[in-house]
Formats: sequence, C-alpha cells, structure tokens
Amino acid sequence: MEWEVVIGLEIHVQLSTTTKIFSGASTAFGAEPNTQACAVDLALPGTLPVFNENALRMAVMFGLAVNAEIGKRSVFERKNYFYPDLPKGYQTTQLAEPIVGPGFVDIETEEGVQRRVRLHHAHLEEDAGKSLHEDFHGMSGIDLNRAGTPLVEIVSEPDMRSSKEAAAYARKIHAIVTTLGICDGNMAEGSMRCDCNVSVRPKGQEEYGTRTELKNINSFRFIERAIDTEVARQIDLIEDGGTVLQETRLYDPDKNQTRSMRSKEDANDYRYFPCPDLLPVVIDDSYIEAIRETLPELPDARRERFISEYKLSDYDAGVLSGYSAQADYYEAVVKACGDTKLAANWVMGELAKYLNQNDIDIKQSPVSADQLGGLLERIKDDTISGNIAKKVFETMWTDGGSADEIIEAKGLKQVTDTGAIEKIVDDVIANADKQVEQYKAAEPEKRGKMLGFFMGQVMKATGGKANPGAVTGILKKKLDALCD
Amino acid sequence: MSLDRSDVERIAHLARLQIDESDIPAYTENLSNILNLIDQMQQTDTSGVAPLANPLDAVQRLRADEVTEGNQREALQKAAPAVEDGLFLVPRVIE
Repeated sequence: MEWEVVIGLEIHVQLSTTTKIFSGASTAFGAEPNTQACAVDLALPGTLPVFNENALRMAVMFGLAVNAEIGKRSVFERKNYFYPDLPKGYQTTQLAEPIVGPGFVDIETEEGVQRRVRLHHAHLEEDAGKSLHEDFHGMSGIDLNRAGTPLVEIVSEPDMRSSKEAAAYARKIHAIVTTLGICDGNMAEGSMRCDCNVSVRPKGQEEYGTRTELKNINSFRFIERAIDTEVARQIDLIEDGGTVLQETRLYDPDKNQTRSMRSKEDANDYRYFPCPDLLPVVIDDSYIEAIRETLPELPDARRERFISEYKLSDYDAGVLSGYSAQADYYEAVVKACGDTKLAANWVMGELAKYLNQNDIDIKQSPVSADQLGGLLERIKDDTISGNIAKKVFETMWTDGGSADEIIEAKGLKQVTDTGAIEKIVDDVIANADKQVEQYKAAEPEKRGKMLGFFMGQVMKATGGKANPGAVTGILKKKLDALCD
Repeated sequence: MSLDRSDVERIAHLARLQIDESDIPAYTENLSNILNLIDQMQQTDTSGVAPLANPLDAVQRLRADEVTEGNQREALQKAAPAVEDGLFLVPRVIE
C-alpha cells in the first residue's frame, strides 16, 4: 500500500530579551545555577508577575512576518502540572486568545518541492527550569535560571507531507526569527526546540491517522531522521496488523529510534484557566503599525533581491538568505570585493567548510567578511590563483592577517611575467624527452589533455605561483612549435 | 452535577493533595454542592453579555526589558531544605 505522511510542528523559540517574561532577572545563557532566578521565578509567596514589553513586541514582530492576524487582546492562562523545574506548579501560557492568530509561510525543499504551510497560531509562554538527573545522593538537582525565559510557541497546521518539508519549514522559521533578531537561533543551546506530530494514512484517504508526538528535537538533521524513523515504525506496525497509539515519543539520535515516553491515555489534565495575576494584554493598531515599520527585510524578500541584484542562482540565493548572519556576511564580502558570484562560491564553499569542520557559527568566524573580501580581490586581479587563495585562507583562519600581508610574507604572489614563465617552460620541456615524444606522436585533438603533465611540472617548479592561464598558453605554443 | 468517589480521588491526585479515606464522602458532597450551585448559575441567560476578565476593566501593565533582579541565590536558598553546587535538590525525578 502507498502511504502518505502527515506532519505538523510545534516550534518553541526562545526570545532574545534581556530579562524574563514576567520578572527583571537576566536571561543570559550559561550563568552559574540559580543566580538568575529571582523571587518571581521561584514562585515565592506574595510575588506578582509583570509582563515584559519587549517579549510582546517580539511576538508581534513574528506575527507580522508570517502574515498573521495579531491578537489585539490576548490572555495568559495557567497550565497546571507538577514538575520540580516548574516551581509555580503551572506554566503561564496562552490558549484561547493567543497573541498571534492564523498565518502562513512558504517553504521549498532542496528538491524544489514548494508548499504553503499554514500556522494555526503562535502564543507567548514561559520556559521551565532544568532538572539535572546526575546522582546527587539519590536526589535530582534543579537549576531555575531558565525558568521564566520568554518563549513563542509556533503551532503549524498538519500541512507537511515529508520529513524534508518539515525540515524546510523549521529552517524557514529559523531564518525568520534570526532575521527579525528575536531569537539567537542557537539550536545546540536550546534556543529553538521542535516537537513533531507525525501520522500516516493510506494515500487518498481523507481522514488522518493516529498521530504520535516526537518531543524536543534540536537540530534540522534530527527532525528529518526522527520523522523518517517514526514513519517507518508506524507503517511497519500497521502493515503487521497493529494500531498506532496516540502517545509522546522520544527520539534517540544515537540509536536512531523513537521510544514511548508517555501515552495520552494517562495524559496530564492541565486544567487551564485564565491567570488571575495577569490582566488581558490589549494593544491597538498604532502599536502594531509602529512595529511593522521596524521589520527588517525578510528571508523571502532577501532571496528575491539576491537573485535580481546579484544575479545568483535560485539555489545559491536560497542557501545564502536562509540564515541572516550568513546573508549579512555574504553582502559584506560582496561590498569588499565587488564580485557577487565569487563571494557566493567562497562563503558557501571554503568558509562554510571551515565553519562546519570546526563547528563555529558564522557570527564567530575567525575570518571576517573584510578579510575574505580582500582575499577575493587578489584572485580577481590575478595576484594569486584560486588554489593559492585556499592556502592564504587557511593561514588567515589559523593565524589571522590580511590577504596582502600573507601573500607578501609567504611570497605567494603569482608569477605573471611571461619571460620568467617561458624560461621555466623551456626547462621543463628540455627535461621531459619522453613526454615530449608522446605529445608529438599524439593526434592533435588529444594533445590538449596531455598538457596536464607539463602544467604540473611548471607548477611544481614555481610552487604553484605561476599564472595558470599564462602557463597554458606558453606551453601550447612551445610544444606545438616542436611538432611542426 | 454530582461527583463520585473516583472523581474526588482524581482531583486530589492532580492537585497532589493527600486526603484521608474517611474524609472522601464529605468532600464528595461539598464539591458536588458547589458544582450544583454553578449549574444553577448557568441557567442565567448571558447571551449578549461579554465575559468579564476584571471588574475594574483594567488591562495588563508592561515592564521595560531591563535587569532589576541581580543574583540573590544565597538569600533565596536559605529556605530550601537541600542545596548543592548552587542547585536545589529534590527527590529524584525519573521520566
């Protein structure tokens, strides 16, 4: 039987506010345990939450960026459950009247599948603390620094039909929130976390199958792998005559499998009700319009501009605009070197390779856009070849310095002086009788390929510094002269 | 609307309240009475009346995004029964 996969995502985005959603404690990452948890975050008696204006502003920005209606009246509710990292015994969240109503984003997979994914809504809520289950004499340790960090939870409709679409959607949300500057986008630190609702149904069937929820996935690659694994599990189960249970499952990246966490049968009864400590949040059109005017260029618009202004291919424009820090870096390189295509090749090629290998975000790149731009200028004006440029880049990455300094210090300047090249070519030819004979014996149309050997010898003799274009021309001229 | 014994046990569990077996019949009756009162109130025709969130018709005040609460760990952990390495210690939680 042919199966269709149905996926909906709930993405939690940590807002990059300075302070908590309901208290004046800092949200900076990586502080000593419990040094950023104040009386409000700890839910001590007599404390009252006060809503952070910046969290509201950021949520509205997001809503505007995804073509959504903004809730002019939104209401905080209490979601009641007990867990030690939730000191109040409830999470303050929104349910019936969220800040962001229905909207949509357009996605495209690497294979070029396009789809509009509808957003059901997005709401504001607070994050919980962290439980550390290492052994503290048979007890658990609780760090409440994260408790009260503002989150926007973005709930999609079940509009995605493959794991690749789900990953493309998550990437698009990541691109939007980082472009807006409302989230640092650091998935490894948990700034963006994803729950995937997955079900399968026979192709053509209208009714949805029973879904499972995969919790807390924190990389795009794991979104794809977790969904693929879960889809295979569900199809096997059904084809063997079983039924899928509605439950929460955990994805284990090491074993590449999902396992049951809890079934909805004994699911928590959250007993939502409007929070009596917080009044309805009311905003007007002028507030919303003032925020609309502050919106930066969004990823879709930037991609279009990269195509029209920089003449990039669809693919390159999509990759470069997909992450705002990368797009900013790229534009700075273009500004420095004036060559849009060369800049694109290097940002997506050599630079991306080094960043990936060293697991470094482009914002922390040891090679600045100006440095890279300076290097590309030297390729353009024939001071160095592309291959030598890679060596210069390597030095730049490890030791710093400008392209000109490195080229000077290492004597890498390309030899373009034809007199000097001719002399080297003569030497090479004089010392390669066998290859010269083969060249002469070859059909004229096959000789081009045979230049490789001589080229290699010249490059060896010059330490790769000879201008490849000039060498080819001289070699051809001199060898062909021998053939007449 | 009336509750039975299992409803009361469930509510107590959700609220993490320990209750005496012998008190359950009284709780059952009292809670049922409250729900009956609500049932009675529900008879009132409120169509066309907007829900009231606050009798003062007030809206939420907003706070500037500035740090006003520094590190108060030492003071705040004084009341905790067990702490170590800056962490609050609680009975082991296992998912």
